Amino acid sequence: MTQAEKTLTVHSIESFGTHDGPGIRLVVFLQGCNLQCLYCQNPDTMAMKGGTTTEIEALVKRARNMKTYFGDDGGVTVSGGEPMLQSKALIPFFEALKAEGIHTNIDTNGVVRTPEALQLISGLSDLVMFDVKSTTDKGFKTLTGVSRLQAMLSNVKLREASQLPFWLRYVLVPGFTDKERDLEWLIEQFSGMNFLERFEILPYHKLGQYKWEALGMDYQLMDVAENTPEQLEIVEQKLTPYFKKVIIK
Amino acid sequence: MKFKEGIWTSSIEVKDFVARNITPYAGNHDFLVGPTERTSHLWNICKAALKEERERKGLRSVDTENVSTMNAFKAGYIDKESEVIVGLQTDELLKRAMKPYGGFKVVQKALSEHGFSPSEVITESFSKYTKTHNDGVFDAYTDEIRKFRSLGFLTGLPDNYARGRIIGDYRRLALYGINRLIEAKKADLDAIHGPMTDATIRLREEVSEQIKALYAMIEMGKIYDLDLSRPAENAREAVQWTYMGYLAAVKEQDGAAMSLGSVSSFLDVFIEKDLTDGVITEEEAQEYIDQFVMKLRMVRHLRMEAYEQIFAGDPTWVTESIGGLLIDGRSKVTKTSFRFLNTLYNLGPSPEPNITILWSKNLPQGFKDYCAKVSIETSSIQYENDDLMRTSANCDDYGIACCVSMQELGKHIQFFGARTNLAKTLLLAINRGQCENTGTQIVDGIPALENEYLDYDEVVANFKVAMKEVARVYNESMNIIHYMHDKYYYEKAQMALIDTNPKINIAYGIAGLSIVADSLSAIKHAKVKPIRDENGLTVDFEIEGDFPKYGNDDDRVDHIARDVVSHFNKELSQHKVYKDANPTLSVLTITSNVVYGLKTGATPDGRGKGVAFAPGANPMHGRDTHGVIASLNSVAKIDYKDSKDGISNTLSVVPKSLGSTPEDRIANLVRTLDGYFGSNAQHLNVNVLDRETLIHAMEHPEEHPQLTIRVSGYAVNFVRLTREQQQEVLTRSFHESL
Repeated sequence: MTQAEKTLTVHSIESFGTHDGPGIRLVVFLQGCNLQCLYCQNPDTMAMKGGTTTEIEALVKRARNMKTYFGDDGGVTVSGGEPMLQSKALIPFFEALKAEGIHTNIDTNGVVRTPEALQLISGLSDLVMFDVKSTTDKGFKTLTGVSRLQAMLSNVKLREASQLPFWLRYVLVPGFTDKERDLEWLIEQFSGMNFLERFEILPYHKLGQYKWEALGMDYQLMDVAENTPEQLEIVEQKLTPYFKKVIIK
Repeated sequence: MKFKEGIWTSSIEVKDFVARNITPYAGNHDFLVGPTERTSHLWNICKAALKEERERKGLRSVDTENVSTMNAFKAGYIDKESEVIVGLQTDELLKRAMKPYGGFKVVQKALSEHGFSPSEVITESFSKYTKTHNDGVFDAYTDEIRKFRSLGFLTGLPDNYARGRIIGDYRRLALYGINRLIEAKKADLDAIHGPMTDATIRLREEVSEQIKALYAMIEMGKIYDLDLSRPAENAREAVQWTYMGYLAAVKEQDGAAMSLGSVSSFLDVFIEKDLTDGVITEEEAQEYIDQFVMKLRMVRHLRMEAYEQIFAGDPTWVTESIGGLLIDGRSKVTKTSFRFLNTLYNLGPSPEPNITILWSKNLPQGFKDYCAKVSIETSSIQYENDDLMRTSANCDDYGIACCVSMQELGKHIQFFGARTNLAKTLLLAINRGQCENTGTQIVDGIPALENEYLDYDEVVANFKVAMKEVARVYNESMNIIHYMHDKYYYEKAQMALIDTNPKINIAYGIAGLSIVADSLSAIKHAKVKPIRDENGLTVDFEIEGDFPKYGNDDDRVDHIARDVVSHFNKELSQHKVYKDANPTLSVLTITSNVVYGLKTGATPDGRGKGVAFAPGANPMHGRDTHGVIASLNSVAKIDYKDSKDGISNTLSVVPKSLGSTPEDRIANLVRTLDGYFGSNAQHLNVNVLDRETLIHAMEHPEEHPQLTIRVSGYAVNFVRLTREQQQEVLTRSFHESL
């Protein structure tokens, strides 16, 4: 293992993650992202520079100290930024967690296709949460700056083919991702997947806006309204019949 | 149905009665019922009275003619016709009474702050003829102790107010009746004979006092047409008799904390019997508990304003401990455990009684879930680690004295010792043993530090000298205080309900632990330059570089905190204690973290002069940046063996951070409690509140009369805190991960 593979570049750590996978989780937010999502809540994690170089061993120790809290379903989630950009170092990290009997999860935009990313998706990670950014190539590019819809789909299909559980997350951005045909595309693509355990619909909100401003970045969704409860209910009713579990967060 | 007999039948042993007759309940809370009309009617009267009390600056009315004793007042009622459980401290609801044996000046001051004064007869008696605890203590105090006290190295000592913390086994009244208890005490007295040493003479006098108290208790019962000389004969009487035992205590004493003990599952035995026999309904069972709890909420003591600084919000610490396991592994959770918690719905949230859940990983799931639900919805309860305490003391029948301190019921008492300011003690190490504010020489033998930057080893060596000296003076003050309290304000009513010659703990305490840990960490891991005034006293510190901070699950600093507690505990145990009490230590501040901070200069961790400390063993506000569990893990590293009187921690989270749905929130709080106590931590206050709610309550107190928030080891009505204390609560870490 090279020195680089013994460390991760960490943006921050949340020891009481209750929204990033099952149970109570140690959430390790990694620094750096390959997408520039317009609604990003953590724009401070986007830059490839910055973060704290952290020994994997120290993170494993942190997780070990939390075992009494994990119970049957808690564990570790790596999030970001885009964690798969550090997929090389994630391999030894997840192997060490596995040796400790700690449940692992990756919160990913799903577009990274390095050999290590594929290894994590096809086997090593106990759970993967894919972010479905958009339902069209064009929409993907508008929202994230790149057109990587097909890469994401390939990765989701790889997970399904590996017969391992995964979740999908979909941010409902009014005017961008909340059209009838978007929902129909989601149903068409994913309703037949047997290992999709949970479909989380994340209502759009502007919680991250102040961070954009603090970073001197231009928040382009200023005029987008947040979802109304009625809109959320319509979406929930539309999707619920097709998936094991639909959660509106 | 008859009770199963056993050891309890032939000797005074309530524990054995409970263990043989308890009906553990493993179900959920579906069986619970709402309040009866009578209960709601009474509570409405209480609410109106509480409103008047708030409007009259915390004193609804007061008796200035009589010294409070068990029989000083005629019967008092909320509304007699509706009361199934009777008895008030005085003849009127929320009317306070004078208990001047702790210190007469305090009574005068408390009254004069509201435009009253004690009657002439009382004033003459206590000025000319009657000596108090406070008089005795100051006769014996040395100049050195006075210096430590006035400069704030020792603070909040019970030298001008009653020490409290002693828990009578109030269940004994119900199970045995007073005649039987008198018989047993008389037999004990007969067995205490020569040679007549100080200890023997004192014990004979004490037991004689206890016997007199028991006779007085019978008389007190007669005021309410109750025959307390005999045992309780049904569930209602069991509740009533138990309450009368407690009422006797709070008529006689005004100790800072006067816990109830652990009565719920004892009472459940009687309730279960009456329910099984078809004599009462669930509505009646709940009515007894609701009305009992209502009475406990109405307990009041006369306090002066200065008392608020250390014990804010007019607390009484009627601490009731619920749950836990028996030594044989059975659960002590009964339906009445649920009924007690249900009072927080039937009567609304409240700081009193101070409901404390004795948490075990093996508690029934239904009960764990219900506790979490109650915490989330009321922020009114606290938790202590039953698995840790039960196994450590090999005891399954205990209450919590005050906030966090384990006390075996009827067998064990403690001498309350307030606390020493450990952050100021650290500053002695950096200031040649001088007070950082005044330059007064406090401790000798500490060399001046000459280096431009503080040297960790030098500071630690000096700190050890300072701790050793502070421990010595602390011990001396405690011996004087408890000697005098026994002499002038002996708790005869409570001690009458405790075994003769019980085991005693002396409960020392520390404040400012997180400041000390972070300061030493800064000195060790960053560069800290002291800024000194012309007299060589530090006025500030410059820190270059970052350092690990307590509250982030980082051993580099957490082990400093752990080791400081361990070291100071060892220093305290070097000294002989009055009545051969066993020294113990707590990391607890109540609300005094604010005033301790005020009295403490700038510290090497970057905390400014006068800034409030974190409460109890909590990490300093805003420095725990890795979320709840990292913060809890840091506190959990303090070894219970070094701090057997308790390690207080207060957790405040916003509801959403516990999870997205109500079910998730309950499940995650249960996991958090299982996790924290599974890491051998001792105590946790849980607040689930939005900061906005508190801000709204500061602006519109009238809309939040019952808003309850847990502080260090107890709960308060938020609107009764001072503005400074409210602000301090707001600056604390509210964990709100999303």
